Amino acid sequence: MSKQAETPFPPGALEREAEIADTRNRWLLSLPAIVIIVCAAAGPLLVMVVYSFLTPGDYGNVKWEFSLDGWTNTIVQRDIFDDTLIWADAHLSIFWRSFSLSLITTILTLIIGVPTAWFVATQPPGRREFWLFLVTVPFWTNLLVRTIAVQELIRSEGVINLILLKIGIIDAPIQMMFTDFAIGFGMTYVYLPLMVLPVYAAVDKLDFRLVEAAHDLYAGRWTAFRRVILPLIKPGIIAGSILVFVPCLGAYVTPRVLGGGKNLMFGNLIELQFGAGRNWPLGAALSLMLMTAVMVALIFYVRITSREQADG
Amino acid sequence: MKKLAITASALALAASGAFAQELNLYNWGNYTNPKLIEKFEAETGIKVTITDFDSNDTALAKVKAGGHGFDLVVPSHTYVPIWISEGLLMESRPDQMENFAKVDPQWVDVEWDPGRHYTVPWQWGTTGVVVNTKYYDGDINTSAIFLDPPDELKNKINVVPEMGDVMALAVMYHGGEPCSDDRELLKQVRDTLVEAKQHWLGMDYGNIEKFAKEDMWAGVNWNGSTFRMRLANENIAYGYPKEGYPVWMDSVAVLKDAQNVDEAKAFQNFIMDPENAAMISEFARYANGIKGSEAFMPEDMKTAPEIVIPEELKPAGVFNSTCPPATQALYTRIWTDLQK
Amino acid sequence: MVETARPTPTETVAPAMTVPRREPRGYSVRTLPGFAAMAIFTFVGLYAPILILVTYSFNAGSSLAIWEGFSLRWYYQAAANEAVQDAAIRSLYLAFCAASIATVAATMAALATTRTRRFPGKTMIYSLINQPLMIPEIVTAVALLIVFAAIKVWTGHTSMIYLIAAHTAFCVPFAYLPIRARLETMDTTLETAAQDLYASRWLTFRRVTLPLMWPGIVAGLMLAFVISLDDVVITEFVKSAGQETIPTYMLGQLRRVVTPEVNAISTVILMAGVILVALFFRLTSRRR
Repeated sequence: MSKQAETPFPPGALEREAEIADTRNRWLLSLPAIVIIVCAAAGPLLVMVVYSFLTPGDYGNVKWEFSLDGWTNTIVQRDIFDDTLIWADAHLSIFWRSFSLSLITTILTLIIGVPTAWFVATQPPGRREFWLFLVTVPFWTNLLVRTIAVQELIRSEGVINLILLKIGIIDAPIQMMFTDFAIGFGMTYVYLPLMVLPVYAAVDKLDFRLVEAAHDLYAGRWTAFRRVILPLIKPGIIAGSILVFVPCLGAYVTPRVLGGGKNLMFGNLIELQFGAGRNWPLGAALSLMLMTAVMVALIFYVRITSREQADG
Repeated sequence: MKKLAITASALALAASGAFAQELNLYNWGNYTNPKLIEKFEAETGIKVTITDFDSNDTALAKVKAGGHGFDLVVPSHTYVPIWISEGLLMESRPDQMENFAKVDPQWVDVEWDPGRHYTVPWQWGTTGVVVNTKYYDGDINTSAIFLDPPDELKNKINVVPEMGDVMALAVMYHGGEPCSDDRELLKQVRDTLVEAKQHWLGMDYGNIEKFAKEDMWAGVNWNGSTFRMRLANENIAYGYPKEGYPVWMDSVAVLKDAQNVDEAKAFQNFIMDPENAAMISEFARYANGIKGSEAFMPEDMKTAPEIVIPEELKPAGVFNSTCPPATQALYTRIWTDLQK
Repeated sequence: MVETARPTPTETVAPAMTVPRREPRGYSVRTLPGFAAMAIFTFVGLYAPILILVTYSFNAGSSLAIWEGFSLRWYYQAAANEAVQDAAIRSLYLAFCAASIATVAATMAALATTRTRRFPGKTMIYSLINQPLMIPEIVTAVALLIVFAAIKVWTGHTSMIYLIAAHTAFCVPFAYLPIRARLETMDTTLETAAQDLYASRWLTFRRVTLPLMWPGIVAGLMLAFVISLDDVVITEFVKSAGQETIPTYMLGQLRRVVTPEVNAISTVILMAGVILVALFFRLTSRRR
């Protein structure tokens, strides 16, 4: 890595030319991915940028009249009863709910996913793909059927309660259905592969001689894990955390089915604006805000890691 | 996988060879009796492809955007005026079709399509309350079941997450007309809903099992769905709130940019036949709007209390109309406040 | 990699700092305390709901949660239901196309953006590739609806290409991140060595880089596949007439009544997948 990172001498013309050629090649290599995303994801989103500055249409869609209401309404709204300007506290509390759920889900998938990935990656070579496949097989089934099955597990008379009753841990069934516990449980279930697979890809490459060396230098198992293993598999953990945390922010199907849908998630709030709420500009503005926040955090992260790489 | 794809396209090819004519129906999911389609295909030689939608708003947005390839759509009555005013429907004149005489007169001069120039009745129903009578034996013909719940039912209540229906029930509970924009009234409505929500267990669809297994004891629900619940658990009863409850009807319309207009009209005519209309009802368990279809209905539907509205509660049923955009915006804010 | 498990267990870990000779460790560095137990717990947890799902596909009653006896009723029904079979095949076909295209594109992009100095536009490529993750699906769905519908009206062409394009786009980051994570743990020593031994760049890539990054690619591909297979919102908005997939078929059912038919279909897809992959592993391991 350090090889290409910093040249000790001021680059001459030849090096600069090589650098330009290298940059061009790297862009060319990324081109297919960029073209696909620009055509079928990022490009069409420009429509949303435009829409966020327009007036809501009477029955959905937009009217071609400029308006900033979409954006201002994300933060402040007129009170519907006395017309005073108030903070859009509903939006903020709904965002906070989604944010904390994402955080909890990420932590839970880390606690469960890292050991699982470790277990898979330390299987004899040739069997690893098989175990990895076992992790993804449950997700070949349909999300809704799967969520219904999860719900069946946590009902008052569900399997979990029955087992707990039988072994005498509890005396009466615990109400788990439609609780925050149910949402956390279900989200962890749904997002687990997004953590396990990237972490696996990193652990699989782990050079165990380094761990060995740490032990030889009298590091305990915990110290070795924290000081040697964790830094080595960090790229996988970070990739997994991004894959879990970010889509979680906008998720709403699983929280709705498992949480009973009493409280909106940020994804529902946006969906409501594009659906029965018929306020597309507000929906567009809310989602662009979310995207900008996540994007800034991510760029910040990339800058930091690439600095680390350059230093190291 | 490739092989699968080839087989699939071969199948499609064979299918398109067998049927010269085609028809693309865009309908609510799990709402179309496959036997009805088979019968139509056998009688007319037209191959029908069904594509599902999950909400009126999705269907409207998609058709409005264009390039969809659908011929027929089945919007709810509150949306029909929008579809017409947006110029999305073709004036297919069902009122001049052969089977139009079979349509029940009460469904001809309807507010959303006077004289039926665009649409043909598909199914109609009501949104009311559901109660498990094992746990509560009081009066169930009231919205108080979920808006001011009796202690017995607290924390076992589920309300369908359907903004239009729930707001209409709550507004009528406070003595207003659906789509009222009276701020004083709406303030009461919001306070009642926020207060009542503390006693709700969930706001979710698809709860037939949860009611049947008595995880939920009461709530807001549609009549056909409650009918299925009762078949699974005999303690379940359907109530028609005397303060007022929404009545709705889904209707079949031909799209302006339909590719197969004649086939689409043939289908409109086809479903006005009582025997065929009965097949629609048999599947989704809602009433249709065709005279004489009762004769072909399954026995258990003829007397079902979920389908046959008690005489004294009939006047409380209200066809809520399309709310003006400003009112809709108010309702959305209340709905968001409720779930924040 | 050296197998380091030692046969004689000792009771404590690195007991004395003063002992000059290394004490034999009673464990392998490849295992961590509690990790295997946690993994087994995870697998049980992963498969418990699947067991329920498969069980109810054999339900005689029409419920996903009330057992009324064993029957193959829903399998017969699914076998007779052309629409649901078409939807299943379409889902698999779509996931297969989207995941493979996305994985190839993501692999190239990951090679371009890792193990390198900071080059102009690196951050931009990175954020662009991850963009589909960052916005709730419904927004992309509405945007795609508007743009694709315009194209559909303009060209009159309404094939699966739109769905494949949309799915490929949101699959790219899911394939890219695991591959990138893998590449970040690799340095360029081996490739440099190969090139020092006069291997061409292509040969180096094929014989050194690709095998090293392979687990990352497999992980990315599997992830992209299941993500595409489960997508509902974007599909719902992009699909044209007759382009139902299993998730959109299910979404339509949600509001009415969900029957075990989809459980039956899911079970068949599950079994087909397991058999296919078992065969694949069988064949590849024999070749090894």
